[in-house]
Amino acid sequence: MSVLTTRRLRPLRKTLLGVVGLAGFLVVWQSIPTLGLINPQYLPYVTDVLARLFEQLVDLAFWRRLRSTMTSWAIGLTVATCAAVVLGTVVGLVPFLRRATHTIVEFLRPIPSVALIPLAVLMFGIQMQAALVIIVYASFWQVFVQVIYGVADVDAVARDTARSFGLRRREQLTHLVLPTTLPYLMTGLRLAAAVALILAVTAEMVIGNPGLGRMIELSRSAGDAAGLYALVVVTGLLGLTVNLVFRFIERRVLSWHQSVRGEEVR
Amino acid sequence: MPDRSTLLRVEHLRKVYEPTTGSVEAIGDVTFTMDAGELVCIVGPSGCGKTTLLKCLAGLLRPTSGVVEMDGAKVTGPSPAMAVVFQEYGRSLYPWLTVRGNVELPLRHKKLSRADRDRLVADALETVGLAHAARSHPWQLSGGMQQRVAIARAIAYQPEVLIMDEPFAAVDAQTRADLEDLVRELHTSRKISVLFVTHDIDESVYLGQRVLVLSASPTWVQEDLAIDLPPERDQITTRALPRFTQLRTHVYGEIQRAKRGQAAAPRSAP
Amino acid sequence: MTADTGRTASTPRQRGVGSRIAASFRYALGLPMLLLVVWGLVGTNETSGFFPDPLTISEAFVDTWVGPAFVEDVLPSLYRLGLGVAASIVLGIAAGTVIGLAHWLRELLEPLLEFLRAIPPPVLIPVVMLLLGITDTMKVVVIVSGAVWPILLNTIEGVRATDSVMTETAHSFRVSWWERLWFLVLPAASPRIMAGVRQALSVALILMVISEMFASSAGLGYRIAYFQRNYLIAEMWSGILLLGLVGVFLAVAFGFVERRVLRWYHGIKEVNRA
Repeated sequence: MSVLTTRRLRPLRKTLLGVVGLAGFLVVWQSIPTLGLINPQYLPYVTDVLARLFEQLVDLAFWRRLRSTMTSWAIGLTVATCAAVVLGTVVGLVPFLRRATHTIVEFLRPIPSVALIPLAVLMFGIQMQAALVIIVYASFWQVFVQVIYGVADVDAVARDTARSFGLRRREQLTHLVLPTTLPYLMTGLRLAAAVALILAVTAEMVIGNPGLGRMIELSRSAGDAAGLYALVVVTGLLGLTVNLVFRFIERRVLSWHQSVRGEEVR
Repeated sequence: MPDRSTLLRVEHLRKVYEPTTGSVEAIGDVTFTMDAGELVCIVGPSGCGKTTLLKCLAGLLRPTSGVVEMDGAKVTGPSPAMAVVFQEYGRSLYPWLTVRGNVELPLRHKKLSRADRDRLVADALETVGLAHAARSHPWQLSGGMQQRVAIARAIAYQPEVLIMDEPFAAVDAQTRADLEDLVRELHTSRKISVLFVTHDIDESVYLGQRVLVLSASPTWVQEDLAIDLPPERDQITTRALPRFTQLRTHVYGEIQRAKRGQAAAPRSAP
Repeated sequence: MTADTGRTASTPRQRGVGSRIAASFRYALGLPMLLLVVWGLVGTNETSGFFPDPLTISEAFVDTWVGPAFVEDVLPSLYRLGLGVAASIVLGIAAGTVIGLAHWLRELLEPLLEFLRAIPPPVLIPVVMLLLGITDTMKVVVIVSGAVWPILLNTIEGVRATDSVMTETAHSFRVSWWERLWFLVLPAASPRIMAGVRQALSVALILMVISEMFASSAGLGYRIAYFQRNYLIAEMWSGILLLGLVGVFLAVAFGFVERRVLRWYHGIKEVNRA
């Protein structure tokens, strides 16, 4: 009896502590401008920020901007993923290509995607395409690298077995390469989704194409601190949602695989 | 009135696990003593709480009730007079340290001069036959060699009693025989007391001066058996002795009885 | 780079070491050379002027960056980057260790940290600007505010996952608290910490560039944006090239440090694979 209750209390305690943590954060935030430690012009009251947040949530213009951001996010992520899966599989399966592309990949991958912002602006002006260049470039590498690892991870014995049973190239792809690569692909996809969101917002801030990022920049230049903080909270919630959704998808897709592969970021 | 040479005293030890796993009485009522310089083996059916008992003795777990006394002093936490050799050598040695670093680690907080410490480490590695591997990392060694490192670490710590928790369960049979002889050798030449927990009946009879047979959980000491084999033991001749066969058959029978739960407890449940 | 060269070179013994090195070189430089040539051909025939040929870019690179600009724009940027990364590492590991060791603290802070980490780091630039004004400190704080999360969260995770037998071993030998931290907890968490540092580096570089594009009158990011606004295309490309080189340098330097710090970790992996 007492055991049962303590067992059930554990997750409850965890949730409770988490809520207390969040509440404590809000209280500290509220008290800093209240005590005059920082001018509310620079750090507005939580209450003001939350009020502004709810104001936004009933404003149609806000949702339109959110849609712009998420549209470029979705397009960029899709394009990058498709390109990365195709190229990654081909390069990963052909040893010659893997060797030949190694240098170029090792040089291009660490280039910060934001370095390409000026180029993108030159080519496309302040349109969504300019943002897409940045988003695709950044998220492409996340998926590409994981796919290459995944394809290289195909067990040599399993491959020989498949060959000895006379599996065709196509069958090998679906029965051998795909299942091995899938966990890697999902990891890459999760990382890419987060990166794509970061760059979607960043591009809007710097380039000025319509969306949440531009709104953040506008509230900053207008000196609207409460609006700025409310938007930062919005992007945080957005990032959290993207993380949770993709983690959920990953767990769903890999439910048969979880025991094989730990949660290791590489 | 405890005997003067009594090293370890365990009285009415009881351990009940409560909060996370549900209320499970792991150890019912364990009482025994061990004299200085003895080599005592503890065997029991699988799942009888051997590891729990050992953790209570080593001060790693707090018993629910009962007393563990080392040299007449109550054990409340890990004691400098005891050193533990764990079964999972791969997880008990630190892979980022060298063999030497692993053996040296427990000595760091002992107030020893650099030279003394070096001497202890070198001596311990020499004793287990790994002087040449001091600069290697544990994962570069075979399983048996890794367990030798763990033993070296324990003896460099200079304990009065060496507590070994199924130390050779994960190594192959030949390595195991070598390691068993190493333990006998440490016991006779260094006069270290050894408390050796195992699930292997042959091993317990071959190594021990005494064998404690544990009952199934909730555990109590079902039999305290003196092993009247000659002190000079040898893997081939000792194991071929008729007395060895008798003893192991006896212990085997006791364990079977323990598994079936036929043996009567020393006293009725409180 | 050398890891998988042996496998595909089919007859290494017959061809000897010299030709093997030559083959590696051909592989390493073949495609980049080819791409440069193609780029050169396209660049000279292309009319928009957005893709100058590699020679023009390299000339612009030397003219732009070799000289006082290196001291005025590049070094301060790199200095702030280094400062920000160092602060993130110290802060992330220190806070991560404390949080990872205290069960209740972890449960208290977990949702909050999850949220803070999910905020796209560049969004914090306007916030930090508001709080600190446009200063050097602000740029360093921006870098820290983005780069500290991966290190912090990975440290928490790594510290929390310290093996129970290893901890028990330390207890049974009465290893002191500080020794346990230094010889057990931190090394055990080091693979995860290094994974966090790797992520932090790329975030830090992005934030360095953006904060300078956004609010600065000097620095690498500012220069590149300036060139673009004034249609100095070749110079802009040379800036992108320089940023690429910085990125590659960071990756190589990190790889070097990582191999040293995690030598044991890679060693174990290799043993397990064999």
